[in-house]
This record gives sequence, C-alpha cells and structure tokens, in this order.
Amino acid sequence: MTAFVEYLMTGIARGLVFALLAMGFVFIYRVTRVVNFAQGAFAVFGGFITYSLLRAGVPQGVSELLAILAAALIGLIFGIITIAGDLPLLASLIITIGLSILSEAILMLIWGTTPITYSGLTGHDFVILGAFIQRQYLIVVLASLALFALVALAFGRTYFGKAMTACASNPYAAKLSGINVKRMGLVAFMLGGALGGAAGVLITPLSPMTYDADVSLAITGFAAAIVGGLTSPGLAVIGGLVFGLAEQFVAGYWSPSNETAVALALLIILLLWQARRMRLEGLE
Amino acid sequence: MKLLESVEQPTPNGSIPSDALLATYNLVVRYGAAVALDGVSMYVGKGEMVALIGPNGAGKSTLLNTLSGINRPAAGKIICNGKLAHVPEGRQLFPELTVEDNLRLGAYRGGSRDPSPMYELFPQLHRLRHRRAGGLSGGEQQMVAIGRALMAHPDIVAVDELSQGLAPIVVSDIANHLVSLNKQNGTAVLLVEQNAQLALDITSRAYVLENGRISKEGRSADLARDPAVHKAYLGGQVSR
Repeated sequence: MTAFVEYLMTGIARGLVFALLAMGFVFIYRVTRVVNFAQGAFAVFGGFITYSLLRAGVPQGVSELLAILAAALIGLIFGIITIAGDLPLLASLIITIGLSILSEAILMLIWGTTPITYSGLTGHDFVILGAFIQRQYLIVVLASLALFALVALAFGRTYFGKAMTACASNPYAAKLSGINVKRMGLVAFMLGGALGGAAGVLITPLSPMTYDADVSLAITGFAAAIVGGLTSPGLAVIGGLVFGLAEQFVAGYWSPSNETAVALALLIILLLWQARRMRLEGLE
Repeated sequence: MKLLESVEQPTPNGSIPSDALLATYNLVVRYGAAVALDGVSMYVGKGEMVALIGPNGAGKSTLLNTLSGINRPAAGKIICNGKLAHVPEGRQLFPELTVEDNLRLGAYRGGSRDPSPMYELFPQLHRLRHRRAGGLSGGEQQMVAIGRALMAHPDIVAVDELSQGLAPIVVSDIANHLVSLNKQNGTAVLLVEQNAQLALDITSRAYVLENGRISKEGRSADLARDPAVHKAYLGGQVSR
C-alpha cells in the first residue's frame, strides 16, 4: 500500500510535467500545424537556467520564474527560425529536429555533460497513508494545476485567447478578420517555450537533468499530446497523467529499465488508435 | 488600401469614376503559371450594390481574395477609399467558438466589439449567441458570417456566394437584410454569385467575369435582359 501511494503520487507529479510539455506541443501545433520536436529542449533549458541562477545567488522563486521567461524567449527564437520563412510544413518539422540537436550542443558547451539538480522549495516531506512524499511533488502538482487554470482562463475568457483559437480553427477566416496568423504562431511558440520551461523547472529537483534529456522528454510529451490528436489541451493533460502513472508503476512493480519501452509501446498503440479514429471520421 | 506600381498601359476602361469607393485597374493575378485574373478593371461606388456573376472557376473568389489582401496581384492596381470586409465563400466561421465570439472577432482590427447591432440586424442570432457556430444551420451560419464581417464597420462588404447551399427562402431573407443594410447605413455591397437571378435582382450594376476577364458590364436590369447573359446564367428564355 505504501509503495502504491508513492508510485501514485510520483506518477501524478511526473504526469503533470509531461502534460505541460504536451500542451506546448498542442498550442504550437494548433496555430502553426508544426509538430515542434524541440519542445523537450525548452524543459532542459528551464532546468539548467534555474540551476545557474540559484548558484549565482538569485533567490528561489525568482530563479524559476526567470528561467520560464528565458524559455519563452527561446521559444520565440525557435518560432522565428521555424515559421518565419513560409516553408512547407515538413521543412519546418525538420528544422525543429535540427533545433533540438543544436540545443543539445549549446547546452553541452555551456553546462557540460554532468547531470545537474537543485532542491525545490525546502520544507518537511509529508506522509500520506504511510508513504513519505517529497514536498516537491506537491509543488509540482499545485504549480501545474495553476498553469493549466491560467492557460484555460487566457484561452477561454480573453479576446486575445479567442483570436488565437480562431487562428487554430480557421486561419483563412482569421486573416480575413485582420488577425495576424503568423504573429499568433510566434505567440504560440512563446507559450510552448514557457510551458516546456516550467516542466523543466519543476522536474529537475525530482530527477537530475542532463543536457540530452530533451529527446526523451519530447517523445513523452508528444505521446501525451497525441492522446488528444495534438489539438485538445484537456486530453493532453489526461495523456500526460496516463504516461506518468504507467511509467511509475512499470518502474516500481516491474523494472525501471522497462520504463521507456513501455512508454514507446503505449505511444505506438495510441498512434494506431488515432490513425484508425481519423480514418473513421474521414469516412463519415 | 494598397497601391501597386501600374506597369501597363492606362486602363482601357475610362469609365471608372475618380471618387469610386473601390476600384481595380487591369488587375492580374497568377497562381504559378496559371492566370486567374487577366486585366480586371471594375469599381464599386459609395453606397452602391454591385453584382459580380460568372461561372465556376472564372476568378470571382480570386478577385475577392485579392481585394482582401490574401492573394498578391502580379500586376495592376487596387484603390480602396474605405474599409472592406469580406464574407468568404462557404461562410468560414470559427466552428468551435460561440456565435458571439465569432461576431466579436470580426472587430479585431479595431472599433467597438459590442455585437448588439448585429442582433438588431439578425434578431434570431440573439437567442443563438451562446451556441457554437459549427452547430448552426447554413442560413444561420451565413448570418453570422455577414455579421462578423459587418463588425469591422466596413464601408463596403463583399459577399462571396451568399446563396451557396441555402434554401431559396433563406437566401431571399438574407438578401433582404443586405438590401436594407445598404439602404439604411449606406454600406456598399459587392455580391459575388453563381445565382445570377438573385444577384441581378437586388443590385443596380453588374459585371460578368469569364476566364479571368470582365466580359460584360452594365446596369443589372439591362444585363438580366441580355440574351447571352440570360442563356448562360439565367437558364433559358427571356421571360421578364
């Protein structure tokens, strides 16, 4: 029972982090139709920048926020490189893979190859049903839920958010209404950068961050986003939770080395299911 | 709205008045090697209702998309002395947003975002205002599309295929709204239609576009009686 609660809490926290990454995929895809495979890099930058700011004596809280802002800026730069040239979608997608590789090189040059970590907000761990839970897990859960609520409010309640939804829904009509669809695409990249950065900031205290963690983070985030067909933020959150829990229970009750294999198997099953669903919808 | 260098000879059509609200001079638009518009000169005067009729693929929608800045002309000139709003072919709403949000987004370029004038124009949209636009009937969607365009407070509204996929009674209802809008607010209307009968009935002037060129122009009533127009677009004998 104790182990179960531990796996459950860990799985939920990690799942929410994956959900943050997945939402980055979703927002960028919805507005630009680009699958941004550099999404994991935002998280790695987020983690490393927080690490350096904390070591430089910047207070906790401020460091994390600055790192998220920096990740948003990196998102904007990646967005400009990816979509400013009016390239075919496939070319943009390849560019994001290139940006992911470039990010690894930059991260290695600046921070080297040693994994880094930092402690989250300190405080007492707490006990649920006999299981010791690190305080950071609670912070991850609360921070992610706050971010989801913020994003939902921004999209559901503000005029700008609705204009962004309009770009995703019908870019041609959005242009006719005077919405600058390309600029909205860049905003989506910034948002994706911030969400990815937040994911990295939150997860680094739980599991050390390495310069080349972006690919596995991107794959898990993409897999979670696929649950919602890359377009539904709500289903992407559910997808993130499914992957987070599956990972923890496989690692806990079976073997940590099977973690990635199970995640990838789940991804393939989801892709097949999505392809089937799309085919069925196409036949309607 | 935009000026492009006019590389060719002065327009052969000397009849475009200098105070036209919207005018094109020898407009050429290409898609790759294909010429979609081949020297189109036309105009819409202040408060005027003008029809643009012609067969499928003649370039009607291309002309509207060029006026709205979606397509770039290869040559020619567009002069617009006012604000143009475009109701695109097939309505093109934002289906997952509500009727009210669709309307409000029409004012994205600026001005009041209050949709209540549209509810006065189309009263039935008021009770539908919190419904998702994608779930409405074709006629209701066309009203939302027109309302969204009017939210931009245009001097001229260009409607592409008003009647497409709609029952005749719905079409005439919406057409009447356009006419009264034109009479009351002085909003000019450029009506692009395959349904030539409707278009010629409610407009005062018309152009026939064929293969990217204006093949005929004149008063709508005269064109409706023109045997060639009648044969090609009104189906059968002159009966008026």
